[in-house]
This record gives sequence, C-alpha cells and structure tokens, in this order.
Amino acid sequence: MNPGMNLAMFREQVRRLVAPIDPPLMLIAGLLLLMAIGVMGSAAPERLNAQLINVGIALVVMRVLAQVPPQRLMHLALPVYLFGLLLLVAVALFGDVSKGARRWLNLGFIRVQPSELMKIAVPLLLAWFFQKREGMLRLRDYGVAAGLLLLPIALIARQPDLGTAILVLAAGFYVIFFAGLSWKIILGMAVSATAAAPLAWNLLHDYQRNRIITLFDPEKDPLGKGFHIIQSTIAIGSGGIFGKGWRAGTQAQLEFIPERHTDFIFAVFSEEFGLFGNLVLLAIYALLIGRGLMIAASAATLFSRLLAGAVTMIFFTYAFVNMGMVSGILPVVGVPLPLISYGGTAMVTLFIGIGILMSIHGHRMLVQK
Amino acid sequence: MEFKNPEEELERFRSRLAVAGGFVLLCFTLLFVRFIWLQVVQHDYYQTRAEDNRISLVPILPNRGLIVDRNGEVLARNYSAYTLEITPSRATDLEQLIDGLAGIIDIQPKDRKRFRKLLDESRNFESLPIRTRLTDAEVATFIAHRYRFPGVEIKARLFRQYPGGAFASHLLGYIGRVTDRDLEKIEEMEQDANYRGTEHFGKTGLEQRYEFELHGTTGFEKVEVDAGGRAVRTLARTAPVAGNNLTLTVDAGLQRIVEQAFGDRKGALIAIEPATGGILALVAMPNYDPNLFVDGIDTQSWKELNESPDKPMVNRALNGAYPPGSTFKPFMALGALELGKRRPEQAISDPGYYNFGGHHFRDDKKGGHGMVDMYKSIVASCDTYYYMLANDMGIDNISSFMGKLGFGSRTGIDIEGESEGVLPSQAWKKKRFRKPEQQKWYAGETISIGIGQGYNAYTPIQLAQATAIVANKGVVFRPHLVKFIVDTRTGKQTMIEPKPIRDIGLRPEHVEVIRNAMVGVNKEGTGARAFAGAGYVSAGKTGTAQVYSLKGAEYRASAVKKELRDHALFIAFAPADDPRIALAVLVENGGFGAQAAAPIARQVLDYYLLGKRPKGAAPVDEAAAEADEDGEE
Repeated sequence: MNPGMNLAMFREQVRRLVAPIDPPLMLIAGLLLLMAIGVMGSAAPERLNAQLINVGIALVVMRVLAQVPPQRLMHLALPVYLFGLLLLVAVALFGDVSKGARRWLNLGFIRVQPSELMKIAVPLLLAWFFQKREGMLRLRDYGVAAGLLLLPIALIARQPDLGTAILVLAAGFYVIFFAGLSWKIILGMAVSATAAAPLAWNLLHDYQRNRIITLFDPEKDPLGKGFHIIQSTIAIGSGGIFGKGWRAGTQAQLEFIPERHTDFIFAVFSEEFGLFGNLVLLAIYALLIGRGLMIAASAATLFSRLLAGAVTMIFFTYAFVNMGMVSGILPVVGVPLPLISYGGTAMVTLFIGIGILMSIHGHRMLVQK
Repeated sequence: MEFKNPEEELERFRSRLAVAGGFVLLCFTLLFVRFIWLQVVQHDYYQTRAEDNRISLVPILPNRGLIVDRNGEVLARNYSAYTLEITPSRATDLEQLIDGLAGIIDIQPKDRKRFRKLLDESRNFESLPIRTRLTDAEVATFIAHRYRFPGVEIKARLFRQYPGGAFASHLLGYIGRVTDRDLEKIEEMEQDANYRGTEHFGKTGLEQRYEFELHGTTGFEKVEVDAGGRAVRTLARTAPVAGNNLTLTVDAGLQRIVEQAFGDRKGALIAIEPATGGILALVAMPNYDPNLFVDGIDTQSWKELNESPDKPMVNRALNGAYPPGSTFKPFMALGALELGKRRPEQAISDPGYYNFGGHHFRDDKKGGHGMVDMYKSIVASCDTYYYMLANDMGIDNISSFMGKLGFGSRTGIDIEGESEGVLPSQAWKKKRFRKPEQQKWYAGETISIGIGQGYNAYTPIQLAQATAIVANKGVVFRPHLVKFIVDTRTGKQTMIEPKPIRDIGLRPEHVEVIRNAMVGVNKEGTGARAFAGAGYVSAGKTGTAQVYSLKGAEYRASAVKKELRDHALFIAFAPADDPRIALAVLVENGGFGAQAAAPIARQVLDYYLLGKRPKGAAPVDEAAAEADEDGEE
C-alpha cells in the first residue's frame, strides 16, 4: 500500500473526527483541564488517573453530541425529561439514603443520581417548549414553563439536595429569561421571593438552615459546621498575591481543607496560586462564557439560541456558586468547580453542555424546516 | 394572536444575552473583590491563622528530680514504662472498647476501676491509661491489633517510683494526676506554660512542698501537624531540663530502724540534729505505699486506706496532737528557773497528793516521794512538785514560756499542712469556747497543765523541736528535711538554711540543771532500764499521756481496751554534753513511756551514735511499768 495514500487517509479521518469540534471552545476547555490536572496533582495525586479516565469519557460524550444536530436534540427533549421525572419519582420511592438524603437510585450494577440528568434535561425541555410556542407566545405559556420547571425541582428539593435544586432552577430560569419574560414579572418575582423567604426558612431541613447560619457566622462553630468555610478562607487568604506555590500550600497538603479534591478544590488552587491564579481562572471562565454567549447570539433557531444561552449560564452558575461558597460569600451547597473538581458525573454533564454548544455552533448556518 | 417580528425577537434575545453577560462580569468582579479582601487586605491575618494551624508545640516532659537521703540512698526515682491509653472523646462505646482490649491484653477489674475514677476526674481531650507497665510481649500484641482500636495508643511514659514502698512515705509524700486545684496553684505560681503536658503533681510531703523544684523545665518540640493533629515533621526542638534533685538531712538507715522498731504499732518519731535543725528521721506509723497513687489509685485501695481505723494516711508526726504527759516536766522546770519561780535546790514535801480548792490531785506514787527538789522531780517524775509549780507560775506564764519553745505553733518544717496543736492560755480559752462560763479560765485547770495533761495538745514534731532547742541551749533552728537542692545540669548545690532563726535567751546554768536532771532520768530514773549499759551519756524523759479519764479508778493496762490505753512518750538528746541528736517518740496506746517509747529511743541513739543495729523490733519492757508514774485525780 502506498504510505502517502495511507497518510492522506489518516489525515482525512482525523479531519472528520475533529471537524465538529469548535477550536476556541476546545482551547478554553483544554486550558481548564490542564489547570485541573495541575491542581489535582497537588490536592489528590492518587485520584489523577481516575480523573483522567473521567475526562476521557466526557470528551467522547462531547464529541458525539457535537455531531448531533440540534433538531435531533429537540426530538429527544420531551422523552429525556419524562424519563428523568420517572427516575426522580423512583428515587423518592426506592432510593438509597446516604448522609441523610435520598439521592441515589441503585440499579443493581450502577448507582445513579437522576437529579444530575435534569440539569441538562430541564433547559432542553424548556427550549423545546418555547420553540413550539414560537410566534404565539402568551403570558400563560410562561406559567406552563414554570410548572414544567418546578415539578422536577420539587422532587429534587425533597431528597433533599439544595445545590442541585438551585442549579436546575437556575438552568430553567435562564431559558425563561432568554425567551423574553418581561422585566416586570422578574422584578415582581424577586420582590415576592424576598417576602416568602421566612416561609421558605421553615421548610428547610436543619442541616440546610445550619449551612446558611454558618455562612454568616462561621466562627460560631469552628470545629463543626463552620470548619469547612473557616479553613477554606484561611487557605485562600494565606495564599496572598502569588500563592505558596504548587504543592506547597500548607492548608491543602496538611489536609486542613475538607473535600479538597471535590467541592473545595478552589481553596487548594487559590492557596497555591494566589490572587494572580484566581484572576487567570476567572478570565478563562469569562472566555468560556463569552464564547458560549457568542454561539447563542449566532444560533440558527430559537431552540438552539435558548439552549446555548442557558447551557452557557449553567457554567457561570457552577463557577460563581462554587467560588462564592469556598471564599465564604455564599452558603455551602455542594456545587463543583466546573471542569476542575473531581467527579465523573459533573464532568460528563458539563461536557454534554460543551458538546451541545459545539453542535449548535456547527449547525448555525442550517435553516430549520 | 399577536404578531412578532423575528428580527425584533432576535434583537431582544441579543439584548438579554448582553444583560446576562453584564451580570456575569458583575458577579466575577464581586468574586475578585472578595479575593482581594482575603488575599491582599487580610492576608497577614490569614497567614498567621494558617501558621497556627500548621505549627504545634508539643511539650517534652522533663525528668522529675530524684530524692536521696543524706548518704545518697535513693528514696524517689523515675522509671520508663509503656502504658496503654484511651482517648475517651474518640471512643464511641468505652465499655465495648475496653472489653475488646481485654481480649488481647490482661486488664484486671482493678484497672477498670482506676480508669473509671480517672475518667471522672479527667479534663477533656486527654488520654487516660487503662493499663500501665506493659510487657514487651503485650506491646507487640497490641500493635498487631491496633487497627481495631481507634483512640487507643501505646505511650512511653516516665513513672515515679518509691523503691522503699511504704518506707518514709509520710515524709516523701506522693504525686498524683493533676487536678483542678493543682491547676489553680500552677497558675498562681505563673507556671502554666511550664506545666503544659504535665500530668502529675506533688500531693503531699516533700513531693508537694518541693513540686516546683522537682518538676524541671518542660522542653518543646515545634512540629508541623496535619488536620488530624498527627505530627508530620519536627521543625525545632528545645530540650527539657530535668528537675532538681533533693538531698535530704534524713538518714535512711536511721529511719528504717525506727520504722522496724515500731513494727505494727502506731505512733511517731522525729529525730533532729540540734545544731542545724536538720531532721534525721521523721516517722509516722502506720504508713502506706505511695506507689499506689502514681498511676492513679484504684477505688478499692483508696477506700481501704481512707476507711482503715488506723488512719495510715494521717501523718501523726505533724498532724497528731497529743498531751505530752510527763515529758512536759523538764520544760516546766526550765520555765520555773527562767522566771525565778524555783531554785534547783528548793524542795517540797510530797504527801502523795496536792490539795487545791478542796480537790486532791494525786501523785502516781502512793504516799508520795518524800522531799523532792528539782533534780528528783524530773528523775522520779514527781507529779505533786509540778502541780504546785503550775499553780505558782500561773497559766499565762506557762503559756508564754512554752510558746518560746515552739509549743502550740507550727515549727515551719518543709512539709505542708502541719498542725498547730493547742497551747492553753486564758486568751486561747476565750477564743476556743463560745459560752461565757466556758470561756473563763479556772485556776484548777492550771494544775494538770503542769504535768502535761489538761488542755495541752502538741504535735510530736513540736515536742522534738522543744527538746532540740533545750539541747541546743536556746538557739532555734527551723526543722527541715532537705539539706540541699542539686541542680542536675550544673551540679550546683543550694544549701537549705543551717542558720539559726532566733535565740530564746536561756541562761546556760538553767539549761545545765535540766540537762543534768534528764541525764539522771536515763541513769537512775524512769529511763534507766531502757538505757542500761549504753556506751554514751544521754538525757531523757519518759511520759505517759492519758487517752481516757478513769474517774478515780486505778489504771491497769490489761483492763483497758487497746484504743483507750495511754500513749507512751519519750524525749531524749545525746551525747548529753554535746548533743548530736534530739528526738521525741510517741507510741499510741503503748502504755507507759518507759515501757514502749524509751526502748525505741535507745535503738535510735545506739544506731546514730554507735552504728549499732538492733535485732528485730524494739522490745516492750513489761517490767518497766512498775517504774513509771503519772496520773491525776
């Protein structure tokens, strides 16, 4: 066989393999993954291999989704949503209890957390819904959308899993917001939410209330519930402007930072790379979000616009809530730092989002029938 | 249905995207401000907190100072041993944990009881020993099973050991685990930092009195610790400095002879070197094993010691108060000379009783001693002489002279908690009683004071100290047990005061009279049998203190229950012309002084002056009973 011919074939195969991938998005995600490898090598080197496998799986999922046309996704929206609801009901009935919450469904060979699926399924469904109502949107439709949104949230909040409930709520809200919900209503909701806060307080579980109390006064319970926040702010603050250096953070290396490879990995990063590192990280996230919003702006259909906008804002929500809680300005709600925290489920979910963005971008020129 | 322009729709969507983008920037700016606050403005504060987290000062305990006798015999020392310790706060079910441990290591019910007691007394977060003195095999067994027992660990610790067991326990005292009261004392002495990590504290005796000398200086290891408190590496180390050693004035050989002489009898003996105040022997019987307290005493042993009718925990030498009986007479005679109430040659005629206010104060000898001068009054121990003398002197004269000899006040010995005893006087009685008719001093009460009865109650050490003062011709030294304190690093010795604290101003010729009379006691008087054939000249005086008033009946030892029998006393110093030793001995319920107390004194003097060791316990001289005296009303 002709080696030149082979090479050309190989090149062609590679070209086809990478064609659906958006270079700017991939570059940004790649930077984040490199940082993730670096931080993981400091926070929990023993988990680096497992995390690389997670990343590999997530990249494959991303690549698959990048090729799936948005129309196909639209067809999947309702079945996926209904399937997710079914699983949530199953969790409520037969789920495994761990740490006082019923979140997991044991399928015998694997344990799954159906609430994770809803982070994508909800915006997918709502974008589908508004696409269906395009051109004939009424106020009432927003009510229907709110209902579709609140149903799974109620099930997730009951588990209870406040962090996921907030993320799903945010994801759904972004779709509704981008669909054009009037500012008056948004304002009205904000006002009534403030008014209803005391009511909601009574509905919260003790541990959820404690997290909020601890947020405002962590020193009250330094060895108990305040420990996480105190130790993570000490880590960040002691990092200073340029940080203590890779693998030289005493808070991280001496295990004062709890959950330092998952939810609190930002404290490790911030301690070792300082304010400068934080600025770089914020900038990369900003680039990721900016690219996502650009893709949304140029998307072909209402469905893909809304989906791209919401998916992008999910990234923002993850990043903001995580860094906010680790630095002590938001309550601790179990949200990972996107693309950096250890964990396969979140990694896959986030790369599904990136894959969707790539797909939308790749199919922007195609006019919908 | 409202019509919507797709272009307009798109414009609105894009404006919403712009709003979202603005919101993102706003939130990120907020985060950045927060990071500046933490990492720039508050950086120093958090830097310090991170260091505090990381660095832990681990105390390294110093070796406690040794206690040795004047010849270097070790009385208290340390040994290192492995203990099995439980941190209760880390155990979920203590009983279950201990049961589990008992499966691999021998844990007696006694150990469990002691652990319970420690648990009740313990401060938070400290680990407590469930077993001490593990063998190497036990250590190996535990280490193999360690994973099963979170919160349990093996520690190498230094333990206090008193090699003589119960020997000299009342003077050595003991150490026990630090209590809240000890902590207050530590704070008062501003020793908090030095006592970080210290678990033991002197509770009684020299261990208590010299706690801060014996303790030493705690060293520190600066270690980096992780969040679990485990040491990761050592950054710096300051070595501890061992405590100072105590060299005692006590002669352990002498102390041992006395303790053997007492056998299972109760009582006390104090021997003092008159020229320095150094205590040669301080015995209180029964004694107890101070080793029991070191690891924390178990409840059963504690109960036994505390509830024993013999009260072994009471230091009779310092805290027992007894009437001195006839041993008081030489001091009375000396007071009479000093105050000019008697001349030595002045004699009285003793009819066998003294009549005061229609009341007969009987002499022990029926029919009396005949003509009695001062010499004879002491040698034959004539009560009538002293009934009269007491009446002539008056209570307040007696009281003020006896006060100068140290009766009724603490001697200042270097052991805490010494009792004052009772030196009766008009003022004392007024203070002591509440009702006005009880507060009045009756002249009749003075009479029995003269023979060392009545309200008189002195500690054995006061009696020994008064004897030493007379032997030393009125020059007073503070009795003390520690000769010098030795700095273990430099070897520097700090002497403890061989300086006189005062001279009470006795006329030498008066002291001479008393000394001669006391020499007569051991030569031809009540002490003659005990001191027959001694190779030295000694001065002494017997005494018998009533425990129980017989209301006129004849005293017969055999007819009285043992606890109600009289106490036997003896005071002595020798050699008479240049005293090297002065002593007081008391045998509780021993009967006559000549019978039970004088033979012990003889053994002490024989050993100290001649190096002669006795064979077995001191004999009780039954025949001497006839030669003794005393009795009132």
